[in-house]
Amino acid sequence: MTRHTKIHGAAHTDVQHDSAIKHVTGRADYCDDISEPVGTLHAYLGVSKIAHGKINSIDYAKVHAAPGVVGVLTADDIPGINDISPTHLDDEPVFPTETIEFWGQPLFAVVAKTRDQARRAAELATVDVDPLPHALDPIAAQEADYPFVTAPLKLERGDISDGQKDAEHRIQGRMSIGGQDHMYLEGHIAFALPGEDDDVIVHSSTQHPSEAQHMVARVLGVPSHAVTLNVRRMGGGFGGKETQMNLFCAVAAMAAKKWNRAVKIRPDRDQDMMATGKRHDFVADYDVTFDGDGKIQAVDGVFAARCGFSADLSGPVTDRALFHADNAYYYPNVRLVSRPMKTNTVSNTAFRGFGGPQGVIIAERMMEEIAYKLGKDTLEIRKANFYGEDGRDVTPYHQKVEDNIIGRVVEELEKTADYQARREDVLAFNAKNSVIRKGIALTPVKFGISFTATWYNQAGALVHVYNDGSIHLNHGGTEMGQGLNTKIAQVVAEGFQVDIDRIKITKTTTEKVPNTSATAASSGTDLNGMAAMDAVRQIKERLIKFATQNWNVGEDKVIFENNRVLVGSEDLSFDDFISQAYMARVQLSAAGFYKTPKIHWDRAAGTGRPFYYFSYGAACSEVSVDTLTGEYQIERTDILHDVGKSLNPAIDKGQVEGAFIQGMGWLTTEELWWDDAGQLRTHAPSTYKIPLASDRPKIFNVDLASWSENHEPTIKRSKAVGEPPFMLGISVLEALSMAVASVADYQNCPCLDSPATPERVLMAVEALRQGG
Amino acid sequence: MTTRNEIQFLLNDTLVTTGELGATDTVLDFLRIDQRLTGSKEGCAEGDCGACTVLVGRLVDGGLEYKSVNACIRFLASLDGCHVVTVEHLKGADGGLHPVQQAMVDFHGSQCGFCTPGIIMSLYALWMENPSPTVQQVETALQGNLCRCTGYEPIIRAAMALGRDNSPAQDFLQAERKNIENQLSELSDGRRVVVGPEDNRAILPANLDDLAKLLEEHPDATIVSGATDVGLWVTKFLQPISPAIFVADLDELKKVEVSDSHINIGAAVTYTEFEEAMNANLPQLGEYWNRIAGWQVRNMGTIGGNVANGSPIGDAPPVLIALGAQVTLRKGSNRRVIDVEDYFIDYGKQDQLPGEFVEQIRIPLPAKTEVFSAYKISKRRDEDISSVAVGILVSIADGVIDKARIAYGGMAGTPKRATTVESELVGKAFTADVVEAAAGQLGKDFSPLSDWRASADYRLLSAQNLLRRFHLENTGGPDELSRLSQVQQEISA
Repeated sequence: MTRHTKIHGAAHTDVQHDSAIKHVTGRADYCDDISEPVGTLHAYLGVSKIAHGKINSIDYAKVHAAPGVVGVLTADDIPGINDISPTHLDDEPVFPTETIEFWGQPLFAVVAKTRDQARRAAELATVDVDPLPHALDPIAAQEADYPFVTAPLKLERGDISDGQKDAEHRIQGRMSIGGQDHMYLEGHIAFALPGEDDDVIVHSSTQHPSEAQHMVARVLGVPSHAVTLNVRRMGGGFGGKETQMNLFCAVAAMAAKKWNRAVKIRPDRDQDMMATGKRHDFVADYDVTFDGDGKIQAVDGVFAARCGFSADLSGPVTDRALFHADNAYYYPNVRLVSRPMKTNTVSNTAFRGFGGPQGVIIAERMMEEIAYKLGKDTLEIRKANFYGEDGRDVTPYHQKVEDNIIGRVVEELEKTADYQARREDVLAFNAKNSVIRKGIALTPVKFGISFTATWYNQAGALVHVYNDGSIHLNHGGTEMGQGLNTKIAQVVAEGFQVDIDRIKITKTTTEKVPNTSATAASSGTDLNGMAAMDAVRQIKERLIKFATQNWNVGEDKVIFENNRVLVGSEDLSFDDFISQAYMARVQLSAAGFYKTPKIHWDRAAGTGRPFYYFSYGAACSEVSVDTLTGEYQIERTDILHDVGKSLNPAIDKGQVEGAFIQGMGWLTTEELWWDDAGQLRTHAPSTYKIPLASDRPKIFNVDLASWSENHEPTIKRSKAVGEPPFMLGISVLEALSMAVASVADYQNCPCLDSPATPERVLMAVEALRQGG
Repeated sequence: MTTRNEIQFLLNDTLVTTGELGATDTVLDFLRIDQRLTGSKEGCAEGDCGACTVLVGRLVDGGLEYKSVNACIRFLASLDGCHVVTVEHLKGADGGLHPVQQAMVDFHGSQCGFCTPGIIMSLYALWMENPSPTVQQVETALQGNLCRCTGYEPIIRAAMALGRDNSPAQDFLQAERKNIENQLSELSDGRRVVVGPEDNRAILPANLDDLAKLLEEHPDATIVSGATDVGLWVTKFLQPISPAIFVADLDELKKVEVSDSHINIGAAVTYTEFEEAMNANLPQLGEYWNRIAGWQVRNMGTIGGNVANGSPIGDAPPVLIALGAQVTLRKGSNRRVIDVEDYFIDYGKQDQLPGEFVEQIRIPLPAKTEVFSAYKISKRRDEDISSVAVGILVSIADGVIDKARIAYGGMAGTPKRATTVESELVGKAFTADVVEAAAGQLGKDFSPLSDWRASADYRLLSAQNLLRRFHLENTGGPDELSRLSQVQQEISA
């Protein structure tokens, strides 16, 4: 008898997103789509209209008098602790009581019968404030002697004065790197339902249900067991819903308990963008010395960040900037310092790459500077500085790079993208044409995988096999579009050798898996996949033991294969087999657990192995620039990216494509613009411009490095994919830079700050034309 | 004739008759809150992300036309007599997935899925109009749809595969078309519609004369046309608009008449509805037009509205002024005709009397001796508000410029002509040196502002450079010049 030996939905196959059909039919429920119980109330935040000031009083008389208003929630109503600092620094009140720290800071919440009523009433409070001077950016903050929001980090190896002593060349420069709004299509939202005793259930769109649970408990002054956090799916997260949802969950939960009614809170897009944190803007100073071949001898870097009014995750974000300021390059002598500056702006937070991109871009800027100084191609300089063998394999944090494949990735891309010939074509084009100029650049990325907070590198999963053979899968990760649930279901399907349709993926809830880490740092599949596999292993071990006893065969005679179980000469359907195991009282449920091995990190000493492994990739982009207006278009991008042995190439490719475009947006049209008073004026898609379909490269070739396997025993030898390809967008910035440089015959590095809006590009062209 | 105090429209396959609404109620809130049709999403509530995209079908000259629109800024009252199709209504031949939905599934076109229903609706609208689009046409159809996850590539693949593998001839809306047309015809009773409480009243005039009459009775009324601006007054600024008089569906305001010398358009002609006449008679505007907002907004927004709201950054006024267009203002039965240029008096102040409204715009077509171009600069190429926009018309006789009309948007408190530059040009040869000297005078005409869209320096410099570009393009400048716009020209061709 022949039979199909392949299940549907095995690991390493192109399975569609588990919610794809629900997405396209509009039947996928997001938090705002959940049916509201009778009597549901709606909360809306009242926010500050000043960047910095001392609160004298807030008069709510008009708010209370507004139609539909049920009440106002203020700091005085907080039963527990008025603090939601995720790093426990007690610097982030739900509502401030003394000082307003940024324009748009939540001051109170109005609760009304409809959202529209709450929203209108929230405008009616009279806030009496004495203005205080404000500092909006890291440079102004340093000049005003503002403090750090959290302790800075120093990474040091070798002696930079040694490296600088006999150097042939030295460049000192500064780059301003803009921040970025997440612009998830679904904004912040929390929906709380009161229960008996201290209980409250909160549905939300958070990447970190456990932290939201703990924060709600803290604010309510109740034990964590009283609070249940549920997340079915998010309409995008990108880091913006890691800590920023805590406030909304806390407000909804407090209001639900206070009025004993279901309460939903959903800010509009403008409030969402003004009141919640973004990617950190940086101003980085670099001092690099190198020889005549462009080989770096020493790097001295200082990374000042706009952290906003509180620490939030600025510590680990600015740390990660330093961890990635080497990108793929060996620095013989290096000193890197962070300056996490307090500013009177919204507290910046996690965003895909988590500070890493701001580090990587400085490494790439130095490559660019060196190349222009020496009159060489930037790729040649890159190759001269790649990590290698024999002593050139230690990072600034003293971790050895053991899995280096950047050389192969770049060489392959150089060939498939036909980089050298096309670069010649670009140079020839520019020599002939005056108005439209072109540029091309090939940039690499190496990205460290693991939370640098080592304890975060743990995960749990819960797998039930019901006695009809259907399988319930739950794990601590959250689905925000990245296909995490699909990949983990593939792992479970593969483990039991059953079709993926048999597996029901259920919402993330703190009731099933406790103490989870944020779905962040690209770690979702690595951690939760391993935990799910552990749960499957436990159940299978019990099933195998049962089979060997029941049918009196050896363990090697129990084979799970294509929805069946072969036990000796018996051939049972999976359902039959499970039914028999149930009748024999086999436990068909297991909680799996995983913690990443090998990693450790001594922050004070700046040494350790913070990363389990590295992911690699490279991109080559070609652009055309209109030197009369500064407008541009991306003509072609080629990408080769390493995801190890991909669990789902279709989903991974989607992550790479999406990350590239998002990275390109960060460096081109996405501009955060504050006015002098400290108000963010780009706070909705009408003013904040993320890429559109027509901004894609006209030719866009994306490949995964199919030969790559993780050399560490990760889940099925795959690698994390969420963040690393974000930095492939840097190729666009550098290609724009080359087009600009062409107007002065490539004699100067244009040193474009980011985002390189058409305005920045034109002004850089103009500066070179004037100077040249 | 009696007034009607209910609106009537078809929602998917159900007739909705309701008087329980106010002028400011949006279609999206009605769908999501009242009807629990939660497939349409709110991403921005300002018509910029497209997550709320639905189709609105309307009888035009007896035939049914569907357009993709933003439900978030479309007012419910404006649906009277229309057929609204939401994502929930889509189905395939066998009742399963619609071909658009199936293609998106097959090509991994959704990640987080929040933008997906809107993208499905935009692609569906495109497919109905154009079953085999080019990549550029797909991009145009998606100008009003943001996706933050996929980077769009799989969506484009899905759209292209859809065009290859399926025909809209068998589509369910085709099958239902006759039935829908009949139902909509029955709904159209030619009556004035008045709904909503005193402080949130919506009025749909029976016809153009009724509008004129209503505005004399309510000179402070808000005239709502495509609602692409007024919609935001409500969703963003929480402003009252009562009484709101809806004019977008008045057939008499939707006429486009082309003669040898002019195009006359009714005030409620949308950007999309203008395109056919524009492509035939003013092809120079094609690329510029494609950059105005996104597809959904062009389907709703009207040229008359773009003039009447007096914005200094509207995209229509600079080109209308450069072309020497005139606007007909009507009050009661009295009409007066003024130059569009003179309509804009100051920031927020237009030459429009209480009770008066924009009825028609008359656009002269450039003569053979006249060279006309329009340019727009924005941070993002598509669906962005202009940093600078300009219409340039120069007439050349015997090598000498005898007339110049150059009007900029984004450079002052109103759309405004560069009179100093114009007079520098007139009477001189159309040469690089002359243009260079004239461009140098632009600072005398304008002192632009710095804001989040652009700095004053960039505005001035790029505005000058557009004069240089105009000269290069029209004097056989370098070949590569049109490169960045090539793509858009293909679309309008």
